[in-house]
Amino acid sequence: MHVQLDQPKCVAAGQCVVAAPDVFDQRDDDGVAILLTAHPGRHLYDEVREAVAVCPAAAIALVEQ
Amino acid sequence: MRNIVIVGAGAAGLAAAETLRREGYDGTLTLVGQEPSLPYDRPPLSKQILAGQWEPERITLRAPDSFAALDLDWRPGRPATQLDTVNKGVILADATQVPYDGLVIATGVRARPLPGTGAHVLRTLDDALALRRCLAPGRRLVIVGAGFLGSEAAAVARSLGCEVTLLEPTPVPLAHAVGPEVGQLLAQAHFDHGVDVRTGVTVTETRPDGVYLAGGELVPADAVLVAIGSTPNTQWLIGSGLDVHDGVACDRYGEAAPTVYAAGDVAHWYNPLFDASMRIEHRTSAAEQGMTVARNLMRPESRKPFPSVPYFWSHQYDLRIQAYGHLRGHSEMAIVEGNLTERRFVAAYRKDDRVVGALAIGMPPKVIRQWRQAIADRATWQDAVLSTTVTTKG
Ligand SMILES: Cc1cc2nc3c(=O)[nH]c(=O)nc-3n(C[C@H](O)[C@H](O)[C@H](O)COP(=O)(O)OP(=O)(O)OC[C@H]3O[C@@H](n4cnc5c(N)ncnc54)[C@H](O)[C@@H]3O)c2cc1C
Ligand code: SF4
Repeated sequence: MHVQLDQPKCVAAGQCVVAAPDVFDQRDDDGVAILLTAHPGRHLYDEVREAVAVCPAAAIALVEQ
Repeated sequence: MRNIVIVGAGAAGLAAAETLRREGYDGTLTLVGQEPSLPYDRPPLSKQILAGQWEPERITLRAPDSFAALDLDWRPGRPATQLDTVNKGVILADATQVPYDGLVIATGVRARPLPGTGAHVLRTLDDALALRRCLAPGRRLVIVGAGFLGSEAAAVARSLGCEVTLLEPTPVPLAHAVGPEVGQLLAQAHFDHGVDVRTGVTVTETRPDGVYLAGGELVPADAVLVAIGSTPNTQWLIGSGLDVHDGVACDRYGEAAPTVYAAGDVAHWYNPLFDASMRIEHRTSAAEQGMTVARNLMRPESRKPFPSVPYFWSHQYDLRIQAYGHLRGHSEMAIVEGNLTERRFVAAYRKDDRVVGALAIGMPPKVIRQWRQAIADRATWQDAVLSTTVTTKG
């Protein structure tokens, strides 16, 4: 599984950072999300799924394979 | 529970459906949607979609394969017309009855119209595409209502070269929400970008060629957008026994009646953090509440309340606005970081002796999160604000 982040869609709400702090961070200047890793460990999948669900811009996807 | 029905296929309804599946619900899951399309996102409608920067496919909330993986009994294009809480069934426009043992009401709101004809509103994708077709250099757009929606549309229309008139009944746009100082700053952004902002004017009627003001004056237009707020979609609930005075009345868990929950723009709920009942039209709350009601339906013994600090953002011109908390009805505002002149600041809002809200423009995320925390922690105004800043009455 890998994580995709559509940065132009991101509205800098920071929900993903709260849900999955090991996978997401925010740029300091404009708050746009950045991926700390596109291939998080299995133990982080639940947190990433939570981030996908809470992101108000539908900017995150967890892609199989 | 084997038959869960979700009515309303927007952000809240989709979040509820996804969360139910993620939490292991494997019974029948019916999603009823009035619109024919897959669930899509609304905030870009007044931004990238109106500007023509994004094509409609871009705002679909989930790719078709992710949506299919939810294994839904998907009923698009068929609004629910009635709820029978005695026999536990939802009746759809095609007269089919869908039985439920758990129900999520997520039907959102619709734009409030003005008397007259020919005016646009901006709530659905079709609305946005119809308005977009009217925007071109030199075209005159009159917008009624200088709230966040009207303001975003004004900014987009200016960027496309339209002549924009923004009509607002109050003296300072958005003052009731953000305070007069920040309201003035937002109004100034419109002036700076060549929008003709007219405050203190009441529109009585719309026409395809303009709007009539209370004094009888006709403000001519090639297109009119009415953005004066919204009405909850609860007509189908009349007679169900639910309290639908202003949205669906529910408790802090989102429950309106046994095994009946509401989420998103339509939910009117009690928020203990502010000791107030509220109905919030914010995109983040819609998803969070959808997730919360899904979990509460599945695990009634360990129910959780809705997240209590609302969050809202808006983009107008080069201004990126973010707000936390419950600003309406505040008694005082103070700039606690940065300053208004540079349009980079955090404003804190007070009610009684507490910090109840914060609004930021152009500030780094870490600074804003600190204020979100202060609101969540019920920080006193004295501790959080007074020691550091000069305040102004709001
Ligand atoms: C143009 C625009 C810009 C916005 N910008 C922002 C922003 O920048 N930031 C922000 O925080 N929020 C913004 N919002 C608000 C945000 O989009 C809403 O809070 C959010 O969409 C609410 O989601 P919801 O699922 O509760 O309702 P909705 O998205 O309205 O979904 C409800 C769905 O239910 C359907 N429905 C209604 N009645 C029935 C029925 N009887 N039977 C079946 N289905 C029914 C509707 O057709 C609709 O598809 C904006 C809203 C709009 C319209
Ligand atoms: S939750 Fe979504 S919108 Fe918010 S910062 Fe993360 S990616 Fe961006």
